[in-house]
Amino acid sequence: MSATPIDLPRWADAGLVPLVSVTAALLVAGLVVLGIGESPLEATALLLKGALGSVEGLGFTLYYTTNFIFTGLAVAVAFHAGLFNIGGEGQATIAGIFLALACLWLAPLPGILLVPLAILAGAAGGALYGFIPGWLQATRGSHVVITTIMFNFLAATLSVYLLVNVMGKPGSMQAETPEFAGHAVLTPMHQLLAPLGIKLPATPLNTAFLLALAALVAIWALIYRSRLGYAIRTVGANPRAAAYAGISPARMTIVAMALSGALAGGLAVNEAMGVQHRLLIDFTAGYGFVGIAVGLMGRGHPIGVALSAFLFGVLYQGGAELSFDKPTITRDMVVVIGGVVILFAGALDGLFRKLVANTLQLGRAA
Amino acid sequence: MRVRSLALALAGVAFSALAAMAQTAIKPAVVYDKGGKFDKSFNEAAFIGAEKFKKETGVEFRDFEPTNEAQIEQALRRFARDGHSPIIAVGFSQATALQKVAAEFPDLKFTIIDMVVDLPNVQSVVFKEHEGSYLVGLLAGMASKSGKVGFVGGMDIPLIRKFACGYVQGVKAAKKDGEVFQNMTGSTPSAWNDPVKGGELAKSQIDRGADVIYHAAGGTGIGVLRAAADAGKLGIGVDSNQNALQPGKVLTSMLKRVDVATYASFKAAREGSWKPGISVLGLKEDGVAWALDDANRALITPEMKAAADKARDDIIAGTVKVHDYMSDSKCTM
Repeated sequence: MSATPIDLPRWADAGLVPLVSVTAALLVAGLVVLGIGESPLEATALLLKGALGSVEGLGFTLYYTTNFIFTGLAVAVAFHAGLFNIGGEGQATIAGIFLALACLWLAPLPGILLVPLAILAGAAGGALYGFIPGWLQATRGSHVVITTIMFNFLAATLSVYLLVNVMGKPGSMQAETPEFAGHAVLTPMHQLLAPLGIKLPATPLNTAFLLALAALVAIWALIYRSRLGYAIRTVGANPRAAAYAGISPARMTIVAMALSGALAGGLAVNEAMGVQHRLLIDFTAGYGFVGIAVGLMGRGHPIGVALSAFLFGVLYQGGAELSFDKPTITRDMVVVIGGVVILFAGALDGLFRKLVANTLQLGRAA
Repeated sequence: MRVRSLALALAGVAFSALAAMAQTAIKPAVVYDKGGKFDKSFNEAAFIGAEKFKKETGVEFRDFEPTNEAQIEQALRRFARDGHSPIIAVGFSQATALQKVAAEFPDLKFTIIDMVVDLPNVQSVVFKEHEGSYLVGLLAGMASKSGKVGFVGGMDIPLIRKFACGYVQGVKAAKKDGEVFQNMTGSTPSAWNDPVKGGELAKSQIDRGADVIYHAAGGTGIGVLRAAADAGKLGIGVDSNQNALQPGKVLTSMLKRVDVATYASFKAAREGSWKPGISVLGLKEDGVAWALDDANRALITPEMKAAADKARDDIIAGTVKVHDYMSDSKCTM
């Protein structure tokens, strides 16, 4: 076991390694499909056709992609500061509560004020909930991995309590808030593009997708082109060196965690304001956890995050279509396929890096 | 006389032929709740009802298990677009999605379980879970030697409070000073599928003296029933008949006849007698009941059966009123 990192050319690190690991994952998933007596080729074709083969499918894929971009970026930003934020679910939950309160309380405001305010409220809620573990890590040394996991449960419990006892729609079995006012929600893509003469089928895709794209650009600029980003990356690379250079690791830890939480809040924006138009219990549905895989697979780089978010969007939408068309492939099978991708792209990453490095070296030697 | 009976017989033949002709070809479909098809409980009941229909009529049905909110609407719309009808939406969480999809496809028939959607092509089936829970509470109270019984819920949501409230009332009806321990499993969706934690909660209630434990927690309940059986105590199943999961150790099960609702909707659609509107299924309609079969017959004494039957009649007659938590979001017991 050597601890020295494997040096790879940039193109191989960012392109070849993920490609090899995803291909290997698909091969293994194919074996699983074969094992239950279905054709892997047909399954792959159905999956791709379901996710990309129609405008409607693509709309759903991009809707999922929106969720994964936000949660993936959240993980990526924390990762640059050397922190492992497992709390995307909790941060998004708190963001959802803040955002719902804004949407419901500030409803008399016109939409042009209300929508940005609600989005900011959501981001603030997420940031606050990321700030606390960050602050605990920075000042008390409580490890963020532990605290953020625990904070997920605290957020879930708080959300159940609030939605059932305080903010809930009276007389409803479902734990949810009343519906937000019509001007408090984000415009669906098919309505946005209708005046331009582009007719799209109704999908959950909404303007939060544009917000996610903007977040990608903003985070790229912040991490790679700003002093704050440089400071965050320095702390992540070597806290002692950062301190020597006059950067406070404690401060950067707190800033990175708050920023990470705010990004996770984007999940609430897309789900509550963009799709459900109300705050539902458990709206996070595991997107926060999948964001960890997205962030790691994307190497923490916004372009990588965008690509892996899209890959998971394809898996989610294509997987749903697959289990729809092939009743033998249940939703649990789809989870297995997604799990294999995460395993290969995340956990077994080092294996493929080594493999790629060896192959490249062989090529050079020859 | 003979002529008349012949005429009657002929008319009978003609009628049944007519009835056979009136059977329309249907393409039924089921969209389950996020809990999933094989939960041994709520969703599985819908599956059992659909399977029964398939066995009797040979009519195939399609089904789908959504994993998130977006997929519910997606699945309903896909089934609708393929011309499936009736489409059964299992669970209250599908109401918002169904509202949209049913309005888009006014010619198709939809049935929603556990929630009311007010549209001309939607049949809403809701159950009086509090009445069924009252009866099993009564039985629990009578079976308990310690005077202490338990309740393990999934999540602390209104529906589960409705179960708990009815149960507590039943226990108090059997033993005035009876004590009911209530625990909820968690606050995330895994609370519905965490048999280990369910077992732990049951054990802690047993440690506090409970000797009968009722669960309304989906897959979590499997662990509750097992823990009760392992400790030599009694469990009470929910939704489906779970008596046979731990034979002789499950006092009874509170049946919520989602299977009957599913079957009835398919059957009515086939016979052309399907009607939209709200049906509220309680004890009177046999929509809820308590299960008595070979697995638990030895546990139910004649007095208990008599008391439960009497309570059932009283509730149907209106002389005993079981408070419904949903009516005022309160349970003052």
